[in-house]
This record gives sequence, C-alpha cells and structure tokens, in this order.
Amino acid sequence: MSKIHVSAVVNGDPVDFLADPRESLLDCLRDQLGLTGSKEGCGTGDCGACSVTVDGVLVCSCLVLGVEAEGKAIGTVEGLSDGGTLHPLQRKFIEHAALQCGFCTPGILVAAKALLDQNASPTETEVRYWLAGNLCRCTGYDKIVRAVMDAASEMREAV
Amino acid sequence: MAKDEIKSEYRLIGTRPNRPDGLDKVTGRARYGADMTLPGMLFAAVVRSPHAHARILKIDASAALALDGVKAVVTRADFPTGLTGEDWNLQENSMAGDVALYDGHAVAAVAATSRLLAEDAAKLIKIDYEVLPHVIDVDDAIRPDAPVVRVGAADHTVPAGSPPNVVKCLDFGHGDIEAGFSAADLVREHTYKTEATHQGYIEPHACVAQLGADGKGEMWVCTQGQWYIRRMCAAVLGIDASGLRVTPSEIGGGFGGKTIIFMEPLALALSRKAGGRPVKLVMSRSDVLRATGPTASASMDVKLGMTKDGKLTAAKVNFRMQGGAFLGASPVGEALSCALACYDIPAVQHDGVEVLANRPKAAAYRAPGSPMAAFAVESLLDEMCHELGLDPLDVRLKNAVREGVKASYGPTYAKIGLVEVLEATKAHPNLLAPLGPNQGRGIASGFWFNHGGETSVSLAIGEDGTVTVSAGTPDIGGSRASLALMVAETLGIEYEAVRVNIVETGALGVNEPSHGSRATFATGKAAVEAARHAMAEMCRRAAKEWGIEEEAVVWKDGAAMPAGPNAGKFPPMSIAEIGAKMGGNGGPISGHHETNADGVGASFGAHVVDVEVDPETGRTTILRYLVVQDAGRAIHPAYVEGQYQGGAVQGIGWALNEEYVYGANGRLQNAVFLDYRIPVASDLPMIDTVIVEVPNPGHPYGVRGVGETGITPPLPAIANAVAMATGARIRSLPLSPPKVLAAIKAKGRG
Repeated sequence: MSKIHVSAVVNGDPVDFLADPRESLLDCLRDQLGLTGSKEGCGTGDCGACSVTVDGVLVCSCLVLGVEAEGKAIGTVEGLSDGGTLHPLQRKFIEHAALQCGFCTPGILVAAKALLDQNASPTETEVRYWLAGNLCRCTGYDKIVRAVMDAASEMREAV
Repeated sequence: MAKDEIKSEYRLIGTRPNRPDGLDKVTGRARYGADMTLPGMLFAAVVRSPHAHARILKIDASAALALDGVKAVVTRADFPTGLTGEDWNLQENSMAGDVALYDGHAVAAVAATSRLLAEDAAKLIKIDYEVLPHVIDVDDAIRPDAPVVRVGAADHTVPAGSPPNVVKCLDFGHGDIEAGFSAADLVREHTYKTEATHQGYIEPHACVAQLGADGKGEMWVCTQGQWYIRRMCAAVLGIDASGLRVTPSEIGGGFGGKTIIFMEPLALALSRKAGGRPVKLVMSRSDVLRATGPTASASMDVKLGMTKDGKLTAAKVNFRMQGGAFLGASPVGEALSCALACYDIPAVQHDGVEVLANRPKAAAYRAPGSPMAAFAVESLLDEMCHELGLDPLDVRLKNAVREGVKASYGPTYAKIGLVEVLEATKAHPNLLAPLGPNQGRGIASGFWFNHGGETSVSLAIGEDGTVTVSAGTPDIGGSRASLALMVAETLGIEYEAVRVNIVETGALGVNEPSHGSRATFATGKAAVEAARHAMAEMCRRAAKEWGIEEEAVVWKDGAAMPAGPNAGKFPPMSIAEIGAKMGGNGGPISGHHETNADGVGASFGAHVVDVEVDPETGRTTILRYLVVQDAGRAIHPAYVEGQYQGGAVQGIGWALNEEYVYGANGRLQNAVFLDYRIPVASDLPMIDTVIVEVPNPGHPYGVRGVGETGITPPLPAIANAVAMATGARIRSLPLSPPKVLAAIKAKGRG
C-alpha cells in the first residue's frame, strides 16, 4: 500500500513523515519519528499507555491513524517538560514514588496534564475517574492519585 | 529527605530519596523492550493456533516467502530435537511440534522488512490442522475419561492407574491427623475454586534478537532475568550460553511472568535464518493473554479442626491444579507449602496433584500458589470463627506461628513477624470504622517464603570517589534506589554518589532473576559485601600511602582513618582522595561478591478490607483497604508501600474481576484488556499501609523482601468481607457481580 505524506506539529516542532494508511498515530510517533515515550500496552484503546493530545484533545494514539495527524498539533510525554524544567506532574510522580516499572507513566502524565488543563482543582474522585482509562498494574494507583492531587495543589499556589 | 518516624540507627536506610531512574521514566527517555532499533533490523510476526488442541498436518509458507521483503519463516523444524525435561517444555511452549496444545500456541513465525509486511506474510502461511478433543477445566481434566492432553507426560510420583492427565502427585505432613481432628470441637470441610489469571504487566513481551550462523548473538529484551533468558534460549536453540549476550531493557512489569522465555527463541531463530540480521518481535496484548503467563487454576479441598476457644487442632488440604499442557508448570507444591504456613497446628496433611489441560504453560505470578491456597484456607477459617462466635483476628493471633515453631511445610521458623503484624493490624483505626447496611469487613493473613538465590554484584570506585554498582537483577519497582541506599549507607557516602546499573550477561556471573522478592534482599546483601570488599582495599591503599600496617586503618564516614593510638596521626583520606590517587597507587579499586544467598527471612502480612455489595446488581465496592506486612527493614519505605499497594490491588482484581474465560471450543474469549478487566483507578480507594519491621538477622540491614506476600490475603479477605456483607459464602473466584447476585438470591430462597 502506498504511503501518504503527513505534515504535523509534534510538541511544537514541525514534522513530516510517510504513513502507511494502516499505521496508527502511535506507530508513526514511535517508528517514524523516534518518539518512543508513548507506549503500546494493548493496541485496542483499553490501557491508555499511548495517550497523547491531538489539538489539545486527549486520545489513545493507537486508535488514531497516522494519516489523521495531517495539519494537527500533537502533544506527547516528550513535550511535557519545558527544556530542563520538569512539569510539576513529572516532578511529583518522582517525589511520590508514583511509578514502579514506569511503563504506564508517560500515558498517565499526558492524561493527568489534560485533566489539570481543564480542571485545576480536581477531587480525588475526579482524578480517579479521569484516569480510569489508564491502566497501571504496579502501584494500585494510590501514589499516582496523590501525585496528581499534589501537583494540582502546587500549580494552584503558583498561579 | 526526611526520615520516617521509625527510629533508626541509620543515616540513609529508611529515607525516601528520588529514584535514580525517575527522570528517565517521567520524560519518556527510558527504553523498554519495544523501544530498541538496530541497523538492518527486520520485524517478526507469529502464526498461532486457533485451536485448543490440534494435530499440525502441514505448514505451507510458500506464499509468504514469495513476497518481496520476506526474509525468513521458521517452524519447529528449525529447532534442534532431542531436548528433555524443562528444556523440552520451553521449546515446545515456544513453538508447537506435531500438535498445537492450546489456543494461541505458536506454530510458525516470519521475519520481513516491515512490521506490516510481516503481518501480511503471516496471514499467507497456510496450516492444515486435525482438530483433537480438548479439556480446559481442572476438574474436567482430572476425570478418567478426559481427553488426553499428552501421553506419557507423568513423572515417577504418579501411581499406575491414575487418570491420564495427572502428571504429578505430592504429599507431606506431620503430626497425628486423626487425633487432631478428634480433639476439635468443630470440624468443617469445603471445596474452593479459583480461575486462572494473568500477571497483566502493561508492557507486552518484546525483544530485538540477532544470531549468526556461528552461534554468536545478542538480544535486547524485557525480562526479569537476563541469565535465565540466556540459558533457556541457548538450550532451545542448541547454542552455547556464552555465545549469547543478553541485555535487559527497562521492564514494564513482570510479576513472575517475565522470568521465562516465550517468543524470544523465535526471534533468534528467524535472525539466524535471515543471515544474522537483527529481528524485532513484539507481542500483541492478545498474544500476551493467550500465550504467556498465566497462573494456574485450582480446585481445593480444605478440612480444619478447631476447639471452641479457637485453637486449630488439625488441618488437611488436598489441591488439584492445572498449569497448562506442561509438567511442572503449576505451583501446586508452593500452594500446599503456603496453605497452612501462618498457623501453628499440631497435625497437618497436604496432598496435591498436577493435571494437564489445553492451556498455555503457566508462569510464576507473584507468590505463586499462595493466593489460591490462602483463599481456600482463610475462607474456611473465617467461616468457622463466625460459627463459633470468635473474633477472626484474635483466632489468627492465637494460632500464629512464631520463632522456633515447626512450619507446616517442614522447617523451623527463625525470627518472623506474624504476631507483630497481627497486633499492628488490631491497633489500626480502620477496624473501628462503623459498617452500614450491605457492608462487610474481611480479614486474612498471608505468607511467602522469600528467596535468596544465585547473585553476583560488582562495584567500582570512580576517579572522583563516586561509585558504580553493577547489578544483575532488573529494576521493576525501585531496586536501583534501594541498592544505592544500602551501598551509600555502607560506604558512608551520599546516596547521589552511587549509580546502579543493571548490566548484561557478559558483565557478571550468573544472577537469578528479580523474582521471589529477592532483588533488594539478595542483590542488596551482595552489594553490601562488595562495598565492604572495596572498603578493605581502600583502607589498604591509605595504609600504603601512610606507611602503616593495614590493620591500623579503619573505614568511617566515607574515609579511611588511622585507628588506635599507635597508628600515627593522619587526617582522614576520603573516598574521593583515594579514587583520585588509585591509578598511581595500585590501580583500579573495585569490590565484588558472589553468593547463593542464604539467610532468607520469611514474610507475613495481614489485610483488612471493608466492602459494600449492591444487593440489586451484586457489584462489590472496596470502601477501605489496609495492608500490614513485615518488611524486615524498609530500605526505601515509599517503594515498600508501593509493593504492598500493588500486590493488594492485583489481589483485588483476582478476587473480583479477573479470570480466563474459555468458550466451548477451547478458545480464550477475553484476550483483550476490555474483557480481561484489571482494576482501574475508579474501582479503588486509597490503599492504607503499615510497615512492620522485625529485622531479618540474615541480612546486613534486616531486609526480608516485600514483593509477593501482598497478593496473598486479598482473595480471602474480600471473600470474607462479601460473606459478611451478604450472608452468602461464595467458594469460587472471581466474585463477579452475576455470581454474587446469584448467591444472594439463593440465600433468599434458602
């Protein structure tokens, strides 16, 4: 199948790649653009390890075709930190030991940032339901939820 | 970094610094199994049996091979013959021989220049099958007239005339069992069942493998144990172990399921056949669920005798487990050994059989065998406490094992902490929370042996006095941090001055995997010894520099210093000064230690769960959850809590949702995460933890190991809580809403 030329913006940088029409956005990010921070845990949109934003909307990149990225702005875990400065979520995840194996972490960070972008003061229940599409098998979610709440609190104080 | 409230004589042990690999893991930089790319790399796809049991009549790969860009196809014919025992099991599970033994069993594999091309080519490989009768359920498999999974698979323990799928029999015990039951005021006996579950690590198995015609190769792979992978692949492929260099990637969870090989030999065989080009093989989630893991399913009889004041007098357990189509894959031995390990019972008898079924080869899953056994024993114990009007926590305390007691499985316990765990549980405020209608509280204890095992660690002093540790146990949950803490504590230097690398197979002697809750215990113990080894050498260097006897130099606070009045007066020589001078003063300084680590300290825990059961739907909600466990010593308490919480939640999934569902055709019906439903954040409350510390005298800092015990109590604790909430006792898992609803309705009719 002939490939299609795709132009997009990823984490603020313009990119071009050739996508097989069958390839997911996740495959294109990982295999064409070398952005392996987004992970494939299921390929069926159930685990959230591939979470990215497309024009600010949180999606599972395994359920989006690479060709659909044409003209879109994509945000991945690699774009969370600002140069050498970690996003508060990244820092709080380390401080709270909110990761064990770390494989689900990129997707959870992207999803949590999407939550805080629209809700600066989520309740514990809101965090838990927002992250219900992000599977973690190691932590039991306790420290993840605490890290997100703590990051939100710090970000509110910083405003 | 604030120290925890626990009083400690240590400077660093017990603090909670940031993990050294944290930055890589929150930025997406950490490289896992599927994140590796090599020049000239091919991509592989695997063809799997759609049948639970089928003779493979013919494999025709000609159409696949005719595609441009397809470089190799392998079948079992590309592997050596004549393997025996577990080597044969591993080879057979990696790639079917004459017969596909389960749905998802690999039959052929193909390598091509792109992933999509490999997947297209796999669809063109034509396989003719003769479908054979199959058997899935453990109780069905043990019937004398069951379809035979494999003829002649039984070992010497099976008496003649046993049902055809019984492949192993075990029995052990001590004490006068009949006298024990005679001394009881209440004797009860029930049968319990648990379904197979999967470890459910979020990272699918993945590797990049390269193997030349000369038998030399290398592999990048997500694994809990690079040396195990090397040995197993070498055996399956007929190459020398030392010819294969295995580098562990970061690992996206394992829980026991990444201690053995699955598709790795296929990638190596494809590479060999494709002229030595590297081959990447990444499993899909469905492949992971169909053909890796899972744990065994179990059918278990338990009989207990108890006096009216709650003393256990005798116990008899009889377990039947299937671990797939392969002898030795089920953890029936561990299940029997763990079943009664929490209690001091005068007479115990254990009997068990392993049965073959048309399922994948079971792999270890966190405290293998113990959760099922605990479900059976702790459920019955709870029932009897309620029948006699006794407090279930007091009864557990009354029967708890202590130092010097002969364990149900044979040895005599050294220093253990079950009593301390149960007392801490009793004191926890969660036990005072009031319960409302349809709510119940369940309690259970749990046990795991913990493990030492083959361990080799090296440590090198840098020219600036910083330290590099080479460890062989992959870091699944913060072990780099715990190892750095122990080494820094021992050397008297800062935590940040120690870098821990997880190294490839060429860099150290054989290490067992990160399994058995051993990484912080055994690798930690060896790392401390390696540090002491380097300290002794640094003292020698200082003695040489000062021109005094080396016995007159001691190591203190990160520096060599003269000891005693006759040593002379010299200022302390820091590790940085020694490192800077070592080139001209004797050469490189390193420490090394290798051992088959002894001094293992057994692990006990207790969990308390409050649930609410919706009487309309049968759905169980976890309201409160408490884990209390003896860590021996918590090196990094945050990651100890993480192990407790993660184990508890895997157990919650096993208790409430997770099970392998097979259709009448023997095919797995729920091979995606939507249908194999592991707990999500919105299912759960915070998981409260209490770290009890009864130091293990067999470890320099008292470590026992914390990974596994936590998955054991949730199964019975939740079943006990649901029984209290509903008045209905359910003796099979999972406690899915339809099952709970049916039990509530049956009780109403009764």
